[in-house]
Amino acid sequence: MDSLLFCLKASVTLEDLRIDGRGCEDYRCIEVETDVVSNTSGSARVKLGHTDILVGVKAEMGTPKLENPKEGYLEFFVDCSANATPEFEGRGGEELATEIVNTLYRIFSNESTIDVKSLCINPREHCWVLYVDVLLLECGGNLFDAISIAVKAALFNTRIPKVRVLEDEEGSKEIELSDDPYDCIRLNVENVPCIITLSKIGCRHVVDATLQEEACSLASLLLSVTSRGTLTCMKKLGNGSLDPESIFEMMETGKRVGKMLHTSLQKILDKEESLGTTRQKVGFLG
Amino acid sequence: MAAIEIRLPVARKLVVQSLAQGSDKHLVAPGDTITTDTGYMRGHGTYMGDEKLVASVAGAVERVNKLICVKALKTRYNGEVGDIVVGRVTEVQQKRWKVETNARLDSVLLLSSMNLPGGELRRRSAEDELAMRDYLQEGDLISAEVQAVFSDGAVSLHTRSLKYGKLGQGVLVQVSPSLVKRQKTHFHDLPCGASVILGNNGFIWIYPTPEQKDEEAGGFVTNLEPVSVHDREVISRLRNCILALVAQKLMLYDTSIVYCYEASLPHQIKDILKPEVMQEIVLETRQRLLELEG
Repeated sequence: MDSLLFCLKASVTLEDLRIDGRGCEDYRCIEVETDVVSNTSGSARVKLGHTDILVGVKAEMGTPKLENPKEGYLEFFVDCSANATPEFEGRGGEELATEIVNTLYRIFSNESTIDVKSLCINPREHCWVLYVDVLLLECGGNLFDAISIAVKAALFNTRIPKVRVLEDEEGSKEIELSDDPYDCIRLNVENVPCIITLSKIGCRHVVDATLQEEACSLASLLLSVTSRGTLTCMKKLGNGSLDPESIFEMMETGKRVGKMLHTSLQKILDKEESLGTTRQKVGFLG
Repeated sequence: MAAIEIRLPVARKLVVQSLAQGSDKHLVAPGDTITTDTGYMRGHGTYMGDEKLVASVAGAVERVNKLICVKALKTRYNGEVGDIVVGRVTEVQQKRWKVETNARLDSVLLLSSMNLPGGELRRRSAEDELAMRDYLQEGDLISAEVQAVFSDGAVSLHTRSLKYGKLGQGVLVQVSPSLVKRQKTHFHDLPCGASVILGNNGFIWIYPTPEQKDEEAGGFVTNLEPVSVHDREVISRLRNCILALVAQKLMLYDTSIVYCYEASLPHQIKDILKPEVMQEIVLETRQRLLELEG
């Protein structure tokens, strides 16, 4: 890795040029498609270079948590498929999966991310639980960013059926599902943040590192940025150290790049929505 | 600062077969029947099942008189004597280095097959053995030639020429070995300003052309001076062009790489990896190569 390390370090330190010609703040080409899995309430597939992520959201009825009786909640699960890399064979992917799940829980623990009060049906008795399942199909670097984009797209695509609570004279409650299958509530994903990973290589930091660049970077910063440019949480990964000035610079870059990512993502999701039934579904065999 | 591009996926179109040169290649997938005629000898990539010859790998069928074999598209490297390879040192053992060359087994570089600095010719002593790590460490990239192939398929390398040895600054591209065309020479100085080593094992090394050839170094001293921006742009562009050619399954040799480079000049370096730009560039390269053949 030494020769690669030197070449990479030199190129990124002096000029804004990486091995594949991108600048330090350029993303690889991203492909997003929603509604790929038919038996979920919402799904999305994101391809970022060689990274391939599939997210499915299933809405099921459950009992609210004791500490928040008037709210629904989200449950995350990450499966690192053995197809992604040979390291995920058997139980190799569990550590990474736990890390991703904990990061997702941390980001969504903020109450302004998703309006969980709208997921309540009957206080203390019934609520909607959104089970978000993430499947890693291929690992090509920059997993966290791709996963956060896919989760946002899948939540945007989620359609929760409308239910009505009918009360009898005796006080027993009945839940009625509306007959129209298209009668559903959509989630407001305006405040759902996206994760921006900034990897430090040499003296500069890069956005959207490939596998090779990740191997060369000693430390990276994971930022969760909303569409308004607000930083909601921050995490440092890697064995190397970061000095406070570079952390400040990386935060500024992260906020800037995050705002751009959100505008592009919202634009493409709206475009896909507007195509409606005329959209050609590509799926996995396209 | 350009905006981040997010797009909707587009279904891939079937590659037009009309551009192929005349002969239709018989492409097979694992499990496809090649022939039911039992008069043929079966070669690599095939097996006999139920009175018919079945393919066991995905690739093109090759027929030489009575021998049928299937040449796979994506394989591990199978060493042949005389091949040029680019490999990475993984272990330093007692009298040899283990080099990773994308083969089924690690290749071996014996201490006696390595050039000593200054071009000395003498028997390797115990001091040489202890100083092995000064020559090559774990993680170093080297270019070497295949000297022999052991009975188990492992390859023995040698660097007994001044053009082989440790590689300095550059970019490594890993492709399938079947895409590298066998030629007289694998060391090319391209007219665009960079040099390229097309390893038969699928490892391609792109590096800036050195101004003067250092004869005394013998391949040990690596130049760690910063590479200029212009050279780095050329190298990045070559790297993206090679990846574009690989994605469209074109054979890699100096002419195809140079044509692809020239076809990519109107585009920005980072745009070359976009699917539509890739197709356009490789189509132009294919047409020029067909014109060249006559």
